[in-house]
Amino acid sequence: MEKYLWAIPLLPLLGAGINGFGALTGALSRRAVYIIGCTVVALSFILACLVNWELAHMGGHGEAARMVSVWFTWISAGSFGVDAALLVDPLSGVMILVITGVGFLIHLYSTGYMAHDPSYARYFAFINLFTFAMLLLVMGENLLVMFMGWEGVGLCSYLLIGFWFTDTEKAYAGKKAFIVNRVGDFGFLLGLFVLYWTLAHSGAEATLSFTGLAELVETSPVSEAAITAVCLLLFVGATGKSAQIPLYVWLPDAMAGPTPVSALIHAATMVTAGVYMVARLNFLYVLSPVAMTVVACVGAATALYAATIGLTQYDIKKVLAYSTVSQLGYMFLAVGLGAFSAGMFHLVTHAFFKACLFLGSGSVIHAMSGEQDIRKMGGLRHKIPYTYWTFLIATVAIAGVFGTSGFMSKDEILAFALAANPEYTLVPGWLLYGIGAVGALLTTFYMFRLVFLTFFGQFRGGEALEHHVHESPWSMVVPLVVLAALSLVGGLLNVPEILHGGERLHHWLSGVVPQTVAKVPIVGHGAELGLMALLQLLIFGTIALAYTMYIKRPDLPAMVAGWLGGVPYKASYNKYYVDEIYDRAIVRPIHSISKVFLWSNVDVKIIDGSVNGVARLLRLLSEGFGRLQTGRISAYAFSILVGMIAILAYVAVK
Amino acid sequence: MFEQILFYFFAIVAVISAVNVVAGKNPIACAISLIVTLGALAGVFVLQDAHFVATIQVLVYAGAIMVLFVFVIMLLNLGPEDLDKEGRFTRLKGVGVLFAMAGAALLIWNFADYSAAMARIGPGYGGLEQISGKLFTEYIIPFEAISVLLMAAVVGAVVIAKREL
Amino acid sequence: MVSTSHLLILSAVLFSLGIAGVVIRRNAIVVMMCIELMLNAVNVSFVAFARQMGGVDGHLIVFFVMAVAAAEAGVGLALVIALFRHKATVNLDEVNLMKG
Repeated sequence: MEKYLWAIPLLPLLGAGINGFGALTGALSRRAVYIIGCTVVALSFILACLVNWELAHMGGHGEAARMVSVWFTWISAGSFGVDAALLVDPLSGVMILVITGVGFLIHLYSTGYMAHDPSYARYFAFINLFTFAMLLLVMGENLLVMFMGWEGVGLCSYLLIGFWFTDTEKAYAGKKAFIVNRVGDFGFLLGLFVLYWTLAHSGAEATLSFTGLAELVETSPVSEAAITAVCLLLFVGATGKSAQIPLYVWLPDAMAGPTPVSALIHAATMVTAGVYMVARLNFLYVLSPVAMTVVACVGAATALYAATIGLTQYDIKKVLAYSTVSQLGYMFLAVGLGAFSAGMFHLVTHAFFKACLFLGSGSVIHAMSGEQDIRKMGGLRHKIPYTYWTFLIATVAIAGVFGTSGFMSKDEILAFALAANPEYTLVPGWLLYGIGAVGALLTTFYMFRLVFLTFFGQFRGGEALEHHVHESPWSMVVPLVVLAALSLVGGLLNVPEILHGGERLHHWLSGVVPQTVAKVPIVGHGAELGLMALLQLLIFGTIALAYTMYIKRPDLPAMVAGWLGGVPYKASYNKYYVDEIYDRAIVRPIHSISKVFLWSNVDVKIIDGSVNGVARLLRLLSEGFGRLQTGRISAYAFSILVGMIAILAYVAVK
Repeated sequence: MFEQILFYFFAIVAVISAVNVVAGKNPIACAISLIVTLGALAGVFVLQDAHFVATIQVLVYAGAIMVLFVFVIMLLNLGPEDLDKEGRFTRLKGVGVLFAMAGAALLIWNFADYSAAMARIGPGYGGLEQISGKLFTEYIIPFEAISVLLMAAVVGAVVIAKREL
Repeated sequence: MVSTSHLLILSAVLFSLGIAGVVIRRNAIVVMMCIELMLNAVNVSFVAFARQMGGVDGHLIVFFVMAVAAAEAGVGLALVIALFRHKATVNLDEVNLMKG
């Protein structure tokens, strides 16, 4: 099976190439593009299933079950060597299933959603390219191949967010995403450099390959400070890619792209790259409790922070965007606590229900002929039933209602927070649990607010729109149904012990991400179950509260918004003015420095000056030399004479 | 003694006429001065027992080549010209060149050694027999080459000066 | 006693004068005459060394030099005539097609 490892990423690349050719020349019909675009991903999915099947039968219980496929030696510079190689073990096996599986559903959905868009070939070329880059990221055998995928998904994100680039705002959103990502990538690169440098300096044979690093780190004497620095720098990259504080600002703006793009890139796959990276490098992170604590705290803070913003937004996609930021916070909380496989589990379930939610919102927008403001929606549940039911199921999952996949993964994270190991988590676990729990309740509230405002009550969008509301075609509905089903039953992947489950996912991942961090429970078994039940009660209470506020008594939201002088509401509605702060503090100074100093002085005077100066110098020289050629014979004779005397003198003196 | 006086006489005449060749205004005057120089040099040759050379110097150089020069000057009807109009810094250049050459000469003089004794020569030295003996045996190839060269020169001159090609 | 050095000095003087003439003068024919002057200076050198070494090789070289000078004068004057036909001048500074 190793021979076919490279086919998994290369098939979508081939699709991208063909569709790209179609985009440039317009030679491919819509149907051809759809078939090519979806088939390559489907094939990759089948291969991914086969690979995982084989992994399951390799080794003993996931111990050292991995497949490596080296294509060629990429870099060989003295003692530094990097191969272009792919590595598939249970961890990346899970990721490729998610990427190709959910990816295929989204490709299928796109054929319906983009049915009226003239740039269909370009779209499919880009999402195929994205799939390739993402697969490269998770299948990379070493940090450099992963980084290539990392950059590639950033590029594709830019291309797809700014897909409708003729609208300046959308193009600007794409630019913003790329630039903010770049800031994170800079941190990532620095982390790579520091890692390699410290390892090389400690006398070991430094390598960037994951398997090599895992072995190296156990034996070589690298200081904890260096490891902490590396982990934190790499985490900076993760905050950029996975939209955590402080580099999350691009994600809400990224909703300018087509909705399937939001589902694929900004819910299921690209934004999870940071979580994958931390899980992949778990052996590094467990060496630095400081870094782990930072990751956990940033994750928890982001989870709560983004949830507070989601409470007040009116654009259906923006609510989901902030929800994504918040859920990613949970994933980082998990890996920060040392519960790597719990984080991965939440990644998987989140892919299911968030993709379903985004695709559902796309379906709603499609029904509303492009309207995205939920204040103009309402009462849609009778008109677009499939969309309504799948959306509701996914919302129930994200809220963490008992039995759903969201419940299984989120609850596990919260349980781990409560039992955080003080050796690895330097802040009290119960504090993180509290923040996480509050965030979960907020999540429930704003998600159900979204459901109630969109699907219940009276239609507030006007007569004209109401006539056009229609259910989406099968190509859009089928993925919704599949994802909704997965959101419900996906929890069975990893039912926790406390509920007498088999914890299958944990066992699957145990070879790669050993739950090295032992739990240190501070509450007993019974108390834990009790807290779980309490949280469930509170969740249902929140749902009831949302129902009351938005359906029974619609005057309540305005009243609540007015509390405390309307300050909290305004702050939340305006995203805590973070974009404005960034603009004032960072963007404008950079602009003015660039314009005033760097452009007019360095660029024009020094760089242009030296290039023009060279040209001027050459012109002066050639003019000077040109004057030698007068055409007058006597001048030539004179120069012969001068030369002759010079030679004579030279020879004579010698 | 007598030899020395004669040598100095011929040398000074040669130099003065040479100066006139270089600095003379009228081209005819330059040509005549050159003839005088050639004659003086022929005298110097005789003093060095180079009789054959002296003879052909007068016959060929002064007699044929210079006559050709005079022909052409007359043909083109060239009049006297002003040395000052001959471009800028003429006098300066001339003096400069002379100084440069003097410097070069001194430089070479410093490193060269011409103090070897004069060889003893036999009675037929510089005479026709000795010269032709060498010419048609050792130097036969240059001799033939020269004749080819002369033929080429004749053909070239005719072609170049034709009225229509 | 007229030694080789005297003749060499004479040769050097004549040669320098010839070069000065070539550089200074603009009349084509006068320049050619100065070239002849240089050739003669060289002849003097050859004769001097021939006398010092006691052989007639130097004389033979003078012979060849003269032949070459004759050929050169012939062709050169033909060129001057052709030039004069074209431009009605033998001023070398005016024989200049270059611009600027």
